[in-house]
Amino acid sequence: MTTTTAPTARKPATMAQALTRALRDAMAEDPAVHVMGEDVGTLGGVFRVTDGLAEEFGEDRCSDTPLAEAGILGTAVGMAMYGLRPVVEMQFDAFAYPAFEQLISHVARMRNRTRGAVAMPLTIRIPYGGGIGGVEHHSDSSEAYYLATPGLQVVTPATVEDAYGLLRASIASDDPVVFLEPKRLYWTKADWSPDAPAPVAPLGRAEIRRRGSSATLITYGPSLPVCLEAAEAARAEGWDLEVLDLRTLVPFDDDTVCASVRRTGRAVIVHESNGFGGPGGEIAARITERCFHYLEAPVLRVAGFDIPYPPPMLERHHLPGVDRILDTVARLQWESRWTEGRGA
Amino acid sequence: MTVLEQPGSSRHTSGPAGPPPAWRPRVDPAPLLPEAEPHRLLGTDAARRLDPALLKRLYTELVRGRRYNTQATALTRQGRLAVYPSSAGQEACQVAAALALDEQDWLFPSYRDTLAAVARGLDPVQALTLLRGDWHTGYDPYEHRIAPLCTPLATQLPHAVGLAHAARLKGDDVVALAMVGDGGTSEGDFHEALNFAAVWQAPVVFLVQNNGFAISVPLAKQTAAPTLAHKAVGYGMPGRLVDGNDAPALHEVLTEAVRRAREGGGPTLVEAVTYRIDAHTNADDATRYRTQAEVESWRAHDPIALLERELTDRDLLTEEFATATRDGAERLAADLRERMHTEPPLDPMDLFDHVFTQQTGQLRAQAAQLRAELDAEAEGHPETTTGTATPAQEARP
Repeated sequence: MTTTTAPTARKPATMAQALTRALRDAMAEDPAVHVMGEDVGTLGGVFRVTDGLAEEFGEDRCSDTPLAEAGILGTAVGMAMYGLRPVVEMQFDAFAYPAFEQLISHVARMRNRTRGAVAMPLTIRIPYGGGIGGVEHHSDSSEAYYLATPGLQVVTPATVEDAYGLLRASIASDDPVVFLEPKRLYWTKADWSPDAPAPVAPLGRAEIRRRGSSATLITYGPSLPVCLEAAEAARAEGWDLEVLDLRTLVPFDDDTVCASVRRTGRAVIVHESNGFGGPGGEIAARITERCFHYLEAPVLRVAGFDIPYPPPMLERHHLPGVDRILDTVARLQWESRWTEGRGA
Repeated sequence: MTVLEQPGSSRHTSGPAGPPPAWRPRVDPAPLLPEAEPHRLLGTDAARRLDPALLKRLYTELVRGRRYNTQATALTRQGRLAVYPSSAGQEACQVAAALALDEQDWLFPSYRDTLAAVARGLDPVQALTLLRGDWHTGYDPYEHRIAPLCTPLATQLPHAVGLAHAARLKGDDVVALAMVGDGGTSEGDFHEALNFAAVWQAPVVFLVQNNGFAISVPLAKQTAAPTLAHKAVGYGMPGRLVDGNDAPALHEVLTEAVRRAREGGGPTLVEAVTYRIDAHTNADDATRYRTQAEVESWRAHDPIALLERELTDRDLLTEEFATATRDGAERLAADLRERMHTEPPLDPMDLFDHVFTQQTGQLRAQAAQLRAELDAEAEGHPETTTGTATPAQEARP
């Protein structure tokens, strides 16, 4: 028996390939989309996400810039003012810091300071997070800085399909997006057809990746696969965990989060970024404010330690892993502990 | 322009073995070097050949500009402006910057450059909105192609480069002129903007108004460069040094730089040597860091007085023209006074309207909170507020 491969056949594709496809499709659809950054042209980006774009669309549309992040983002602001839709690549998380002033003082507030007259349809792609054995300044989880800045949308895909759909939505957005790419998931493969790409995903909607009834693991980006693994492992201990992927930190999807937590009565937030001042604190507060009477236990967090990102040979001790998640889930047996503690 | 050989070119892959050629600068630096002394026209023979209409136009704008500066400073004393960084003494830079541009071009002003924006046609009250404190930008930047007044130093320069670059990519005939002070030249964004502009050959003109001080810090503690115009050479663009109080000289240099940019010649860095007659802002005490004698020496080199002398020498300053100019300036001041004494209409709900294209759920909740607070206030119960943007907790069923 012979099989013919349909043109839309699904085959394994990596997150990096899905991102490339999203950039290519966006550039093909809209001549205003310009990709720019250090090494994005001839080299195709250090993670090859911009591979082939300069060849296909010309160096004016996918351009290698001088090595200066403030300059890259600052010139992109001017380009956006003139009606282009720049997609900026910051090579690594910590390399984006020189561009902070442009991001916070201009990108985030241009619409606001001009009462809506000047839009900033900018997408800032930043490979972020650890777990790839990178040396210093190559593994930061910097999302807390961005979500603390009013005016920025903060997006982080965790699946191959979302990498495509969320990047398309980000580029289409008339407001700036900090698009955080979990670099250790770049090579994650999924059945995904580049011939029939996933639909553009709306920004601001969380997705339940695994249904469960006894607690909700709330996570995003690089920690999603870890949470799914932990949920499987927790079955042996009698826990039926729900896993919720936020997908965008700003706008934050209170509705999906609260509906899940009200259903399960327990919540654990999992992220790589440090816990103190990290996104988990904000999420825990939001849940407590909205779901207090539904909670069977305090909202807990599993986060990276409050330390500068460690050297690669020690990073496994820092990153939230399955065991730390399971230990935290075990602490959700709050009612019985409380009762025992009271001697009742 | 001399393009020298670079490693990797085919001519270096064969031939006798030897050290590879060094990476070389692409241009001969000599034509990029600025003048030894600031370029001047007033008081020279060349001034005699200047178009009388241009001189009168410049004079009218300078007098209006001076009156605008004194009126705005007066408004700070009356509490009508939160702060005003005066450009008194620097009016020639402001006026020349505005007049050098065509209608389709863009101006990128700093917080001190309200007058340049007004000279380009912006409503004076709209130009002062930021400084009055009713909104950050009081105008639509697209209306006159004036970017928002920029408070952080030099960060608007990369915007100018990006906009000019984008316009050229689209095939549009647009030049961007960006203004910065001497202190701003120490910022990283100044460096990055000039470097990008030169690499991209973007149609941009950078105008540095060197007024001697960054608040209180004198130029000698700001830079060790021979002049600020010399900085251009390192980026591969021409540097021009000009007397910042000589309006026709400035107009000539800036017009030439704009023309060069328009014709594809790339960016130019212009250093205008001038002086801030007033303090940094009305909140600053300039006597702590400079002498009265120094201020007086610059008053003697006042941009209006310099031009007035030329107009008088050429019998262009007729009684009729002088009166008309003075009256025009007074009308500007009177209009500004009157309109700035009216409380601007403010809608607090505006606070939430322009953060994103579409409000997020969080912002909708906060807008509802403020609405409730405003309603309570209107009913005379200012203490009755919802207190928090959080939706009421739902009791467990």
